[in-house]
Amino acid sequence: MSMREVACAALVLILSGCAGVGRVETPNLGRAATAAEIAGWDISVGPDGVGLPPGSGTALKGAPIYEQKCQACHGAKGAGQPNDRLVGGHGTLASKTPVRTVGSYWPYATTVFDYVRRSMPYVQPQSLTNDEVYAVTAYLLHLNGIIGEADEMNAQTLPTVKMPNRDNFIIVYPGRGR
Amino acid sequence: MAALAASGLLMRRTTDAAAAEPPEVPAWMKSPGAGFTDYGAPAKYESKVTRTLARSQAGTTGSGAIRTPLEALEGTITPSGLHFERSHSGVPDIDPAKHRLLIHGMVKRPLVFTVDALLRYPMVSRVHFIECAGNSQLLYQPNPPNLTAGQTHGLVSCSEWTGVPLRLLLEEAGVERGGSWILAEGADAAAMSRSIPMAKAMDDAMLALFQNGERLRPENGYPLRLFLPGWEGNMSVKWLRRLKVVSAPTMTKDETSRYTDLQADGKALMFTYPMEVKSLITRPSHGMTLAGSGLYQISGLAWSGEGTIRKVEVTTDGGRSWVTAALDAPVRPRALTRFRVPWRWDGAATVLKSRATDDAGHVQPEREKFIVEHGNNAIFHCNVIQAWSVAANGEVKHVYA
Repeated sequence: MSMREVACAALVLILSGCAGVGRVETPNLGRAATAAEIAGWDISVGPDGVGLPPGSGTALKGAPIYEQKCQACHGAKGAGQPNDRLVGGHGTLASKTPVRTVGSYWPYATTVFDYVRRSMPYVQPQSLTNDEVYAVTAYLLHLNGIIGEADEMNAQTLPTVKMPNRDNFIIVYPGRGR
Repeated sequence: MAALAASGLLMRRTTDAAAAEPPEVPAWMKSPGAGFTDYGAPAKYESKVTRTLARSQAGTTGSGAIRTPLEALEGTITPSGLHFERSHSGVPDIDPAKHRLLIHGMVKRPLVFTVDALLRYPMVSRVHFIECAGNSQLLYQPNPPNLTAGQTHGLVSCSEWTGVPLRLLLEEAGVERGGSWILAEGADAAAMSRSIPMAKAMDDAMLALFQNGERLRPENGYPLRLFLPGWEGNMSVKWLRRLKVVSAPTMTKDETSRYTDLQADGKALMFTYPMEVKSLITRPSHGMTLAGSGLYQISGLAWSGEGTIRKVEVTTDGGRSWVTAALDAPVRPRALTRFRVPWRWDGAATVLKSRATDDAGHVQPEREKFIVEHGNNAIFHCNVIQAWSVAANGEVKHVYA
């Protein structure tokens, strides 16, 4: 290898070393997102309630919405069949036949709002108004004995609801599960 | 008439079969073959090699999973058309010209990318498996499933994925202090979403655009998917449309009510991201029949989401003795690895098993020990040793042994 080749090889090593630590040049083709664009797509809700929209609902208001939009798949009063059971199963998780429902298993009430709003009803996702989502969420929480039928769920109250199974999850990351 | 036609067909077939063997010249050499095709397909004689055991939730068509027929395949790359599929609300029909990726939240510059823009970014190609966290879950059941290797373990596939390192786009957006998680969301009707630790996003996460050299298949995320090597497949969000940088996990439905591992004591493990070391013998396997005693090659697959396969051991006597299998090179991290062992079957009933070890030192556990430790109530992260019984008549079946 000539001195020139050695120098070239060293340069390649230096450049590839740089690439390895994050100095890859990019074409910078992302354009600035507007607040309106973000607002239209930002549908996620954290357990602290960040992302919950204005609006409200109670179990009393949610019952007829559930019967019309949810019951065909989830059964009367969340009893399940043909699809997931949403109510009951309390105290079964350590048994041989655990029943995982919103009430017995889900750790956060905010997840119910987030999931119903983004994915339900199955054939018409993102079709419910925010008030309807709050009301259906309240109805499911009430059926599980977690809130009263007249308790209003909104951006302030929903994150304060403590789910019965909240403290039975063990966060593994960044450790190893098995 | 029908009977005559049928017997004529039978005779012609018999004649053709005879004519193909030496010294006769086979019919397909006596005239030119078929012309060119725009897009190739498998041989018509292989039409039985398909994805199997599709299960969709009641009243739905695209909410469930369909599995790779592992027992019918060789090597380590899964043909794209046989890659397993797990979808939560069907496969969206996304026009790539209209698809957008939004990066926002705790970033200095919220950005929107078109697919064309992403295609201009520096890319890398990597061979990796992807495995549904619920793969092999039937082995939690008290009785062995009467199903093939693919029907039992076929929620794993392996491809060459090409795309843009996620880190490059996050650097362009400028992650703010405290931005330690990312909410990733798909553009399907479920708007499927998961929380991704920033450390993984800045390490080997990729925005995949290509699979096995061609653009992603629709059922695998076209035109854009997140790809997180080695981690539970659900986190590699398909049809990716949004990445929101946040300070804590969003606790979506699919990281709380699903993809958590209920233990025997009623507690549940959460955020068990890497798929553990696993292997299985694909040939011979359940549903096959050995054609008499003699020499066979045992062939199988091993992989680990926590590193590279270091060793696969195989027993052909129900666990009394183990031999080290040969591994086909190259053995790549977080990729399917093919192992092989020659086996001279003496014709007596026996049990075959394989046991993988990765370079982090994790060893695939025996089922009995695993169930004692974790119970039967979990659905995900089952990586136990698979046993196949071979009967004296050559029939191979799934057993717990």
